[in-house]
Amino acid sequence: MEKGIAIHLAPQAVFHIGSLAITSTLITSWLTVAVLVLFAIYFRNSVRLVPGRLQVTMEALVGGAYDYVQETLESETLARRYFPIIMTIFFFVLATNWIGLLPGVTSIGIWGVSHGHEALIPFFYPVNTDLNVTIALALIAFFTIEVAGIIALGALRYGGKFINFHSPLAFFIGIIELIGEMARLVSFSFRLFGNIFAGKTLLLVAIFFVPLVLPVPVMAFELFVGAIQAVVFALLTLLFTKLAIAEPH
Amino acid sequence: MEQLEGMKALAMAIVVGVGVFGPGLGIGILVSKALEAIGRNPEASSDIRSTMILGVAFTEALAIFAIVVGFIIKYV
Repeated sequence: MEKGIAIHLAPQAVFHIGSLAITSTLITSWLTVAVLVLFAIYFRNSVRLVPGRLQVTMEALVGGAYDYVQETLESETLARRYFPIIMTIFFFVLATNWIGLLPGVTSIGIWGVSHGHEALIPFFYPVNTDLNVTIALALIAFFTIEVAGIIALGALRYGGKFINFHSPLAFFIGIIELIGEMARLVSFSFRLFGNIFAGKTLLLVAIFFVPLVLPVPVMAFELFVGAIQAVVFALLTLLFTKLAIAEPH
Repeated sequence: MEQLEGMKALAMAIVVGVGVFGPGLGIGILVSKALEAIGRNPEASSDIRSTMILGVAFTEALAIFAIVVGFIIKYV
């Protein structure tokens, strides 16, 4: 494995500030944030009354997403409240997935010692192959959902969905709901991590064995998977928010 | 020690292979039924689609748990 394909789960540290390891995935996620912020500033300044091609695309994307959120939550105020975070999750996941496919990512770096043996430590690496990032995103989505439920129903009634003493059966179902709620953290984070990690490994294997033509369709498929995972992450946040604000019964 | 590593790799492969089997069938059935429903009643397609995606997420979570167990076997 050392000679041929380099597959590792833990991110590699490029350098250290004190005891804080600055990993290649961390650098790439900063780059992604910078790209998104710069794009937002550029787009903010280039908005015209007569829209150009980019503006039409973005308006259709964001406007369509907003209409869908409003339709799902069935309320204008709720849509206004939860649309920004859902769309932010979507754009961040999409941008990290697609930036991870750019040439130069995973291949430009310095030689150094990582995890005990000498290896190329890349400056940039697909962000979502790092479980820390996806768990952070999952925690953000999780707390958004829980806080949405508490705001809509109040802490007591929302908690009553999980722990109640109406009957033994209701108590048991509540506990199962609670476990299901916690399991979302695992499924949210590992879904994104697993898809992107598997995609990156598949790409690596394709490049290793058939370097000429095969990586192109695989790359196209990875673009598709990256977009789908971004949609799924945002959509599940939306749908779980809808479940959380629904009246208990 | 070598044998233990080999067994772990094998165990991970079996866990992921068997664990993905059920959810794969489940998602197939789920989506085919949802498509049937959309075909019968295209007006309700947005409702059906969001419910379908929720169901797919819950089913897919099982496959993800299998992969998590696989990672635990391999690396812990």
